[in-house]
Amino acid sequence: MAVTALSPVSGAARVVEHNALVFKRLWRGSMTVSFFTPLFFLASMGLGLGSLVNRSSGGVGGVPYIDFLAPGLLAATTMQTAAFECTYPILAKILWDRIYDAMLATPLKVRDVVIGEVAWVTFRMFLVASIFWIVMAIFGVARTPESLLAIPAATLCGLAFATPLIAFTATQKNDSAMGAVFRLVITPLFLFGGAFFPITRLPLLLQGIAWATPLSHGVALTRGLVLGTVGMPEAALHVVVLLLFVIVGIVIAFPILRQRLVK
Amino acid sequence: MTTSDSKPLISARGLGKRFGDLVAVDGIDFDVARGEAFGFLGPNGAGKTSTMRMIACVSPVTSGTLSIFGENPATRGAEIRARLGVVPQADTLDQELTVRENLIIFARYFDIPWAEARRRADELLEFVQLKERSKDKVENLSGGMKRRLTVARALINEPDLLLLDEPTTGLDPQARHLVWDRLYRLKQRGVTLVLTTHYMDEAEQLCDRLVVMDKAKIVAQGTPRELIEKHSTREVLELRFPVDEKPSLDHALDGVADRVEVLADRVLLYTSDGEAAIAAVHSRGLRPESSLVRRGTLEDVFLRLTGRSLVD
Repeated sequence: MAVTALSPVSGAARVVEHNALVFKRLWRGSMTVSFFTPLFFLASMGLGLGSLVNRSSGGVGGVPYIDFLAPGLLAATTMQTAAFECTYPILAKILWDRIYDAMLATPLKVRDVVIGEVAWVTFRMFLVASIFWIVMAIFGVARTPESLLAIPAATLCGLAFATPLIAFTATQKNDSAMGAVFRLVITPLFLFGGAFFPITRLPLLLQGIAWATPLSHGVALTRGLVLGTVGMPEAALHVVVLLLFVIVGIVIAFPILRQRLVK
Repeated sequence: MTTSDSKPLISARGLGKRFGDLVAVDGIDFDVARGEAFGFLGPNGAGKTSTMRMIACVSPVTSGTLSIFGENPATRGAEIRARLGVVPQADTLDQELTVRENLIIFARYFDIPWAEARRRADELLEFVQLKERSKDKVENLSGGMKRRLTVARALINEPDLLLLDEPTTGLDPQARHLVWDRLYRLKQRGVTLVLTTHYMDEAEQLCDRLVVMDKAKIVAQGTPRELIEKHSTREVLELRFPVDEKPSLDHALDGVADRVEVLADRVLLYTSDGEAAIAAVHSRGLRPESSLVRRGTLEDVFLRLTGRSLVD
């Protein structure tokens, strides 16, 4: 009997199937959170706080505050999803539950694990972004067919965090640095990365730092697509920057995970 | 293509594994034939697990050659792994899934279609006596049940070779016997088993042939019986003395047996006739607290070869 190894696509698909089977138990709760969190945020910040902003300065950049806020928050939300999915769960599979050890005892390879996890987190972020878009539609922020492009744009933004974070997680011996990732990277970016106010309001140095992260590009792209204010060249630039983060992340993650798991 | 019966299923020559400066496996040679139950016996740290991981194609060979099913693990790892069943030392079961889901998803890693995966899962749950627990989460299982589930999982791809790394370490006696019973049935079906253990009773019960490993090297190999005959005696007399009398024993037992081994808690006398040795001890005026005549075991073989006990 000739035994062949799995193709890269079917190998990665098996890893996705594993995650989907685990997710089957959690999806209702997860989707509920993905719906109500943006709903509350847009009601409180977008409408509540937004009414003050609109009265005092006529919105932001010529649009009502909620229109400014919602698409930026969408990009920041997929970033958070990426951070949750690519830190503790990945470390658990490496270290505590040793799911990867189990997988690698089969025809699956490290390559399948990396591609499978990236495919899975892409799906998760796509789901989160889609639900967010529905909430934006409810609030009348997403009005055009083009605004649907914000879903893949936000997914790409999250992915630009996901692959470097997988690489980072693969270097960790325990979860002590994970808290720091949230406190020092994810939360500051969430607050100051352009979702709540334009980054032009930041001191020049911080503006530079903001543009060096994927979030500002993700926010600019998503916002531009929802508001219909982004031109092709600018959109392409943001996409290229985000793709670079994704690719660099994968290229780094692969050898790190390989060294970690194949000893 | 099926490997022909005359060729060994596993063949290692000068096989070595190094982690930085640490030599985990130091140039060992062995062959495992189809249908055989082959064991690596040795204390913790002897290099058994490193050897197993190389055979399982999850750990690259550092030196020497290794071939499994006539193939090279370095270039054909995934193809070899497709035909292996692995019971690792530490459980790698998925705590978030049910017992049955663990088997089904594992079957999928081997590209087994869903329907067939479900059929095999149910069949194997029956085999390892876990059918009633199939809907339970893994975290609710006892240690013995987890081990049996891991054995079932290792069989999901109908492997040509089953690798077991300390299959019963940490289990209570009853749970161990249940695992042994299942492994014995597999052996009778002709499944090739390779296992590591530091329990001599496990090695004696399950292994047709074994190698004794110590400090990264193979120090002896053969059938359990051959090893006992060669390195031990037919009978062993175990004596226990009151603690304060022990220092005076030094030469008192000279000549009573072929060999005398003074351990921390007892004295072992290697002889072909245990009863005669007892009589000789008594005739020298020695009064042990207790005496026991037993057969020579692999434990004695190990003690003879390395000067140390298997389980400290």
